[in-house]
Amino acid sequence: MIISVASGKGGTGKTTVALAFALSIENSQIIDCDVEEPNIHLFLKPEIKKEIPVTAVIPEVQKEKCSFCGYCSQICAYNALSVIKIDNSGDVLLFPHLCHGCEGCIVLCPERAMTRGEREIGKVKIGYSDGFEFIEGRLNISEVLAPKVIEKAKSYVKPEKISIIDAPPGTSCPTVAAIRGSDFCVLVTEPTPFGLHDLELAYEVTKTLNVRAGVIINKSDEDSLIEAFCRERGIPILLKIPFSRKIAKAYSMGIPLVKEISEYKEDFRRILEKIK
Amino acid sequence: MKQILVISGKGGTGKTFFTGCLSVILKNKVIVDSDVDAANLHLLLHPEVKESHPFTGGKFAEIDITKCSHCNLCREICKFNAIDENFNIDRTSCEGCTICSYVCPQNAVILKERISGQYFISETKYGPLIHAKLGIAEENSGKLVTKLREIAKEVAKEKGLEHIIIDGPPGIGCPVMASMTAVDVIVAITEPTLSGVHDLSRVIDLAGYFQIPLKVVINKYDLNPEITLKIEKKLKELQIELIGKIPFSEDILSSVKKGIPFLEYSNSKELKEEIEKIADKILS
Repeated sequence: MIISVASGKGGTGKTTVALAFALSIENSQIIDCDVEEPNIHLFLKPEIKKEIPVTAVIPEVQKEKCSFCGYCSQICAYNALSVIKIDNSGDVLLFPHLCHGCEGCIVLCPERAMTRGEREIGKVKIGYSDGFEFIEGRLNISEVLAPKVIEKAKSYVKPEKISIIDAPPGTSCPTVAAIRGSDFCVLVTEPTPFGLHDLELAYEVTKTLNVRAGVIINKSDEDSLIEAFCRERGIPILLKIPFSRKIAKAYSMGIPLVKEISEYKEDFRRILEKIK
Repeated sequence: MKQILVISGKGGTGKTFFTGCLSVILKNKVIVDSDVDAANLHLLLHPEVKESHPFTGGKFAEIDITKCSHCNLCREICKFNAIDENFNIDRTSCEGCTICSYVCPQNAVILKERISGQYFISETKYGPLIHAKLGIAEENSGKLVTKLREIAKEVAKEKGLEHIIIDGPPGIGCPVMASMTAVDVIVAITEPTLSGVHDLSRVIDLAGYFQIPLKVVINKYDLNPEITLKIEKKLKELQIELIGKIPFSEDILSSVKKGIPFLEYSNSKELKEEIEKIADKILS
């Protein structure tokens, strides 16, 4: 079973909730798919056993075969290739950060002058902490293909386990890549207009992907706006976690919620049963 | 013209709150919300939309099933696994590379313009706001950010405005990079948590990659004074300027809840002065 934890707005408590699940239930693994800013490791301090590079395909030009006809540059939808022709020679310039790795240029080059090259865009780390498995995707600085790193991290999902996915904030491609294929998505929000606005967007993402969803209200206080929204859309509210300086302080030092206040474990086990 | 970008790496550290403050303090500016996935600045600045435009970012493919011979070539060639066994293309997976249209022997692929969002040119009592709404589960957030920034520049030129303030997205990925290119200064808002510090360090690396000067504000600094001290030490080592510290404040939280920029909401003279000082240091 795969449970993803998402939010739309950043800083609402995704990581807190994902960790609380993984640490409360039996037979879990946790997958940090916030590959731009992975934070789970700060709380688990796992022992890393394996590091797998994530690569993207880029074209490599064999200049001796290339006729500098410019076709690759014409068909590239991402403007990642530029061809300069000077008399019978020339050059093919690749802008690797614009390349999506569709391999169109490799397949369609009339001279078959392009081959598959690889470029590292991130890493997946696998380790253990407290006996359960930790997996992290991490995008390299200045890279953009976050979904590729997320998919690689998710390739380590073990179907016999309960996999908890910590998704990135937002509603676009990285968030979609993280939530896609989940059995359930827990949306973490906070009772502010920002929280509500972004909860609506995140809920739309789960609907687009056909993933069931429920809400956890973090920093819970005066929640009527969020409650009204959930009632109207028929989304279950799974839990409320009030704001407290104690929780904020523990979070700041990398102490998971359920280690600071172990009573919450019961809540997360109960939510899991409900989701099942 | 000076472009100021507010980012944080980690979400929820106070970017939008702080941009709201800058919107009140700085005169003669255009404001941009480049967190196009989950834009929030309009909830503080209450814009009146003057112009609304569809944003077409690239293409997406559809298959005309009446022409399709089920040869499977498109499915074999698609690197994004966007085409299912019934030759339906999943719009959220298709990245618009268009290569299927070149290999299809039946010419059954139809390429459509992808309307992936909307962007708005608005007026607020603080100045023009350029903002957008990316469609749910859409691509091309980076291109949309670039578009917003182009418009902001035009508006600034046309009206003779001196500053562009950009409220950036969380993370370090494509919309962040699109927000960052060619700005004059980056203000990174962090918080004294291990996550905040970790994410700040990735933002610092990215700013270094683009060689753009970066200044730091520590928000909610009193939630963990020890970590705040560590951040201060680290910034000194890296020769990065710390331009201010803002305490955790119920007042700030209430201003956000009420949807009013903090400087117009609060009576706390001390906090307001601190924030005004920070704004001075951004420009110096």
